[in-house]
Amino acid sequence: MSDDAVAAEARPSPLHDEHVALGATLVPFAGWSMPLRYGSDLAEHTAVRSTAGLFDLSHMAEIWLLGPEAGAFLDHALVGSFRGMAVGRARYTMICVESGAVLDDLIVYRTADEAYLVVANAANHDPVLAALRERVGDRDVTVEDRTDTTALIAVQGPRALEILEATPGLAVEGLADLRYYAALEGTFDVDGQARPVLVARTGYTGEDGFELFVDADTVGVPLWRALLAAGEPFGLVPAGLAARDSLRLEAGMPLYGHELDLTVTPYAAGLGRVVKLDKTDADGAPLDFVGRAALYARAHSEPARVLVGLVGESRRAARQGYDVTTRGGTHVGHVTSGAPSPTLGVPIAMAYVTPEASAEGTELAVDVRGRLEPVHVVPLPFYRRP
Amino acid sequence: MSQIPAELQYTAEHEWVAAGEPATVGITAHAADALGDVVYLELPEVGAAVTAGEVCGEIESTKSVSELFAPVDGTVVEVNTAAVDDPSVVNADPYGAGWLLKVAVSGEPGGLLSAAQYTDLVGD
Repeated sequence: MSDDAVAAEARPSPLHDEHVALGATLVPFAGWSMPLRYGSDLAEHTAVRSTAGLFDLSHMAEIWLLGPEAGAFLDHALVGSFRGMAVGRARYTMICVESGAVLDDLIVYRTADEAYLVVANAANHDPVLAALRERVGDRDVTVEDRTDTTALIAVQGPRALEILEATPGLAVEGLADLRYYAALEGTFDVDGQARPVLVARTGYTGEDGFELFVDADTVGVPLWRALLAAGEPFGLVPAGLAARDSLRLEAGMPLYGHELDLTVTPYAAGLGRVVKLDKTDADGAPLDFVGRAALYARAHSEPARVLVGLVGESRRAARQGYDVTTRGGTHVGHVTSGAPSPTLGVPIAMAYVTPEASAEGTELAVDVRGRLEPVHVVPLPFYRRP
Repeated sequence: MSQIPAELQYTAEHEWVAAGEPATVGITAHAADALGDVVYLELPEVGAAVTAGEVCGEIESTKSVSELFAPVDGTVVEVNTAAVDDPSVVNADPYGAGWLLKVAVSGEPGGLLSAAQYTDLVGD
């Protein structure tokens, strides 16, 4: 099937017409038609590092868990601990299968005593929703998929807070003091009516920033326009998926389908900290969760491969799927993501390699289209905001 | 809709050729748009022999990498070092300052597409 045919079948974002008006290059992405870039992806990347970028993330899946047992249910269904999480907090976590492999990585927000929001990758909307529905059993929990009615807009970059504060009609009490990985309810005025906005200080760029969840039909477009207009004096530009990918790579953040998939556990990805093997139920008894037995075994054995950062010593960048070798050409792993880093000016990559090849400073090579290019292992992330 | 100058000839791999002695070679606006911002060019050395249809270089953007195919047989007589130093000219001016190679063509170039044929190929 041609790309055009895929694009024709792809679902438009609630902000589709805005992207078209801004001259975006739209591409099919996980069943949606989303902006790849508006002009220069490098300029968009740089804007997020130096001022701010505006992202449409409406393709992400928003699944709500509602009811008195919602927290206890998530403790069973996911690898993290949620029953005791404070209202207004967010947590990075994963949903695993019984083998311990990663079905998706998620952010879970608790917005009320009996309300949790699970944000999943667009590509995993169906399997995550199906797994949650299957795992809920007879618990007193409603699983509500609001992906279609939610617009998700992110403002990311060092000027993000100033931009939200300067946006007319956006009222979020306590915004300046909102902690990283926390969320607040606010309002946005549309034609004189105060509409709800869930504002979270989360992101996928390595910068300070916010993600705003709003009703797709009534709030998405007016909020997008208001942010764009208010942000312009601060240097805000709309930014697409290309910049999002290069930003998250510099920040060492995994992307499902690259660093994470059904062949890896959280431990191999260096994210074992999200697995709470010792969580307990309301009575303090050990709590079994999906994947626990396999993850317990993995936690107490060395993984066959580990995720590392690689910095290239030549100009040619490693890309997903390329072989990682010793300098002498012996195979030790494979690249999961790679690109020339716009901020650092050198090629960077994440790769799974054998534990023996994973120590910081290890000199390795990547087979870049038939030629071995020298790289060395560095700690992640590649970039940390000043 | 990308620009496709009528006076140039094209390849199915999105190179353009300006006939002349030497011939000038670059990549089309369509290719530059598809790649995104070009950040690195690997071009053959002056004096290198190139063969039509064979890889003679690489064009790398943040998002992806594409091979440069020689559109004609011949010998490279000049490479655009200004574009190597600042590859953004490939996006900004693919048919002008963003040219890549000058090739002394040996024999008669064959198999190149006209602007109309290339327009049909890229569908815009």
